Amino acid sequence: MTEFVQPNLIPALPEIVMLVMTCLVLVVDLFLPQEKRGYSLFLAVATLVLTALTIIAVAPVDSISSFGGSFLLDQMAVTLKLAICVITILVFVYSRDYLTDHDIYKGEYYVLGLFAVLGMMIMISAHSFLLIYLGLELLSLSLYAMIAFNRKSLAASEAAMKYFVLGAMASGLLLYGISIFYGVTGTLNIDQFAQVVNDKMSENPIPLAFAMTFIVVGLSFKMGAVPFHMWLPDVYQGSPTSVTLFIGTAPKIAGFAMAMRLLVDGLGDLYADWSQMLIVLAVASMVIGNIIAIAQTNFKRMLAYSTISHVGFILLGILSGTATGYASAMFYTLTYAITASVAFGVLILLNRRGAEAENISDLSGLNDSNDCYADLLAIAMFSMAGLPPTVGFYAKLSVLQSVVQIDLVWLAVVAVLFSVIGLFYYLRIVRVMYFDKPLDREVTIKQALDVKILLSANGLSLLGLGIFPSGLMAYCVLAFS
Amino acid sequence: MYSEWPLLSVLIWTPIIGGILVLLAGDRDPSGARKIALLFSIVTFLLTLPLYTQFNTDTHLMQFVERHSWIDAFNIEYFVGVDGISMPLILLTSFMTVIVVISAWDIIEYRVSQYMAAFLIMEGFMIGTFSSLDAILFYIFFESMLIPMFLVIDIWGGANRIYATFKFFLYTFIGSVLLLVALIYLYTQSGSFAIFDFHHLRLTLTEQILIFLAFLVAFAVKVPMWPVHTWLPDAHVEAPTGGSVILAAIMLKMGGYGFLRFSLPITPDASAELDWLIITMSLTAVVYIGFVALVQQDMKKLIAYSSIAHMGFVTLGFFVVFRIMDGDNDAQGSVLALEGGMVQMISHGFISGAMFLCVGVVYDRMHSRQIADYGGVVNTMPVFAAFMVFFAMANAGLPGTSGFVGEFMVILASFKASFWIAFLAATTLILGAAYTLWMIKRVIFGEIANDNVRALTDINRREFLFLSILAIAVLALGLWPDPLVKVMHPTIENLLNHIATSKL
Repeated sequence: MTEFVQPNLIPALPEIVMLVMTCLVLVVDLFLPQEKRGYSLFLAVATLVLTALTIIAVAPVDSISSFGGSFLLDQMAVTLKLAICVITILVFVYSRDYLTDHDIYKGEYYVLGLFAVLGMMIMISAHSFLLIYLGLELLSLSLYAMIAFNRKSLAASEAAMKYFVLGAMASGLLLYGISIFYGVTGTLNIDQFAQVVNDKMSENPIPLAFAMTFIVVGLSFKMGAVPFHMWLPDVYQGSPTSVTLFIGTAPKIAGFAMAMRLLVDGLGDLYADWSQMLIVLAVASMVIGNIIAIAQTNFKRMLAYSTISHVGFILLGILSGTATGYASAMFYTLTYAITASVAFGVLILLNRRGAEAENISDLSGLNDSNDCYADLLAIAMFSMAGLPPTVGFYAKLSVLQSVVQIDLVWLAVVAVLFSVIGLFYYLRIVRVMYFDKPLDREVTIKQALDVKILLSANGLSLLGLGIFPSGLMAYCVLAFS
Repeated sequence: MYSEWPLLSVLIWTPIIGGILVLLAGDRDPSGARKIALLFSIVTFLLTLPLYTQFNTDTHLMQFVERHSWIDAFNIEYFVGVDGISMPLILLTSFMTVIVVISAWDIIEYRVSQYMAAFLIMEGFMIGTFSSLDAILFYIFFESMLIPMFLVIDIWGGANRIYATFKFFLYTFIGSVLLLVALIYLYTQSGSFAIFDFHHLRLTLTEQILIFLAFLVAFAVKVPMWPVHTWLPDAHVEAPTGGSVILAAIMLKMGGYGFLRFSLPITPDASAELDWLIITMSLTAVVYIGFVALVQQDMKKLIAYSSIAHMGFVTLGFFVVFRIMDGDNDAQGSVLALEGGMVQMISHGFISGAMFLCVGVVYDRMHSRQIADYGGVVNTMPVFAAFMVFFAMANAGLPGTSGFVGEFMVILASFKASFWIAFLAATTLILGAAYTLWMIKRVIFGEIANDNVRALTDINRREFLFLSILAIAVLALGLWPDPLVKVMHPTIENLLNHIATSKL
């Protein structure tokens, strides 16, 4: 009989706080009349703030693990979790007016969102295959429910079904890979696993490589890399914009963490194999994502394809296999999430009672009616296109630099050439806003003060980080030193 | 040589801050926006004067240097300074911005503050480009400039502006992303982004050729050189007058400047190896584009093509140097070629800017750029006609104007390389005169063509002001180019010594 050892709960304190508070929101929300729904939002934001503060309070100098090594709080986890909390706060605030307009201003939105955040935080800190899977499922199940949240919308139900079926399949693939790993190595803990892989590599690498393929496929599914991207445009388009805003931002960060834990921490010794796969995935994502985005007339769909191309860039950073490469991929992911929150944040403001604003033409003449928001969206578009002085440029620069460093100059050339194609459709958005005349309907944007302030700060942060990227970059570098 | 106070930073950031202020002032009070813009542009111009007066003409070293670490992770620095190549271009930039602000004074009525702000911010970016000594800092300014220019053409441009702006943006972007990859490669080799570390980096011939080609795409699009010039006529035709002026007077110079700052010193052996390519492209620009200009029906298009032909002299001057070094290695000839290219850049800045302003003046009255809609303008606008004929003469390279000096220097230098290069280059004296003067004949002289021309009123005091300032500049540089040549001389000589030493 092994003795029961009291695990060190300190590293998991943020998750515990989060869970307790989320349950509190769930219960309080039950007793709130509809007109006082604002308290739910307040509580949800308070939960995130409190969690963020706890993360800062328990942040270790180096890294601590707990629960028999299956839970790890390191620099990377701290930074990523904080980023997720901040971005989710933005998402919650931006979506309030949208939810009211579409009669889905319910507390469940926040509860599900908070559970999704909890799932992401677990994914980030997980250091065992099982825990990664659990976190991922907590995230995915919450997202399925959030997408179908507007039950009157057919498109949303369809998107939710699609996401559910394909997501379940991806989870199955991932789980299958994990089960083979367990069969070969007899452990689920990533540290021990990496050790065993290191020993067994010379013996028989075939089963490991076989299982790794499933892991990479499952991962690509979740991140939305070509050719496993089919669900992404449909889900982006079909979901209520408030949910697209959420899916398009925070889970990307968790996806990056999952890739790092699985590929780098767990399968670091198989680098030669998976980096080849990632090259194919990255190039395919950049090519398909950028080219198909050109043909889109729906803004959400266009951003979905643009996300796919950005995933290609993130994979470039990971596949370089160096600490700078990982840091640049992390920087890219974080800044992409910030940029996407501006783009979707402006889009969500354009929504009116009963009508979704989601086509590119809905943006026409935005400069005439609301030049402040047009400017913000333009900054976001230029940042996605990677033009200086926005942060997108610096993110691309750092990824390209890590690729050139490992002598894959051709890959860098492919990446930049396809970002020229990317520029085309981002410019089109700017053109529509500044050049096209407004549609006949009156475009007035409700301007709640808190939304206005947060969105402006969010948008200007793209410029601020573009001019002074050192601070954020230092955190990213620290995570892999 | 470090300066006591950060003059260059002040120059870069004053117009940008001014632009933001104008933007914040908004359109409620357009005349206020105009006044703030004028104030900032004049202050910036006055602030550039110390660059010239306190410039040390005895050294090729960088002056007014500021160097601070900026992004430690990649050793990127905020590193600015000027030498004899960049200083005149900065003066040109701040000078032309004042002209543009005055020229737009009561012409632009739609969203005045955004218009003025775009030009002020662009001025800051352009000065930043010319003074950056860190490759990434250079790239950031180089690219950022596209955004305000894109918006200027898109918001205030002509009917077909979407096509034009997309073409302009995509062409320049495709060139510059390859430049970025080349710069990153150089960084991985040298461990720093400082341009001077690149200058002293040893590279194999294959590396040099690949890097040279990446640079070439970036700068050839900007210049623009034949055959990647096609975006320029489109962009010029659709751009508002101010946009055309800045595009022709400053932005095209970025390409020429890039050759001098990057291509020649970083990849001297590849430049020597591939000089035939550039010389062929330049001569094609001079001769073929000259003929193309001849048949244009649209005044702005004609001037755009003439810009391409004139910029051909700039690149010809820069690369014919290698032919001279191969041949009898006449040091004076090489200096003449490079300095000729530089003088041509500055002079083209004045002349093409002035030509576009002239077209702008009549366009504002007639709303047509077609040559066929004009005729006999001299009868109703005598003062304007005098200016336009003068600038046209300068464009055709009349001795006594600045247009003559640069072209003459380059042709003279080409003779030391090869008779045929010089011969082909010299055809510009015929072609340039032909297309410019033929346009003048059809637009300015002759009988009054129609009632619209009869109704024209001569230029007002504001228009007289900016045209006469430019006329003085063209004349001064033509009669006495020495102050300009003197400041660039040590830098050019040093550059020549540098590229004469093989890096292999």
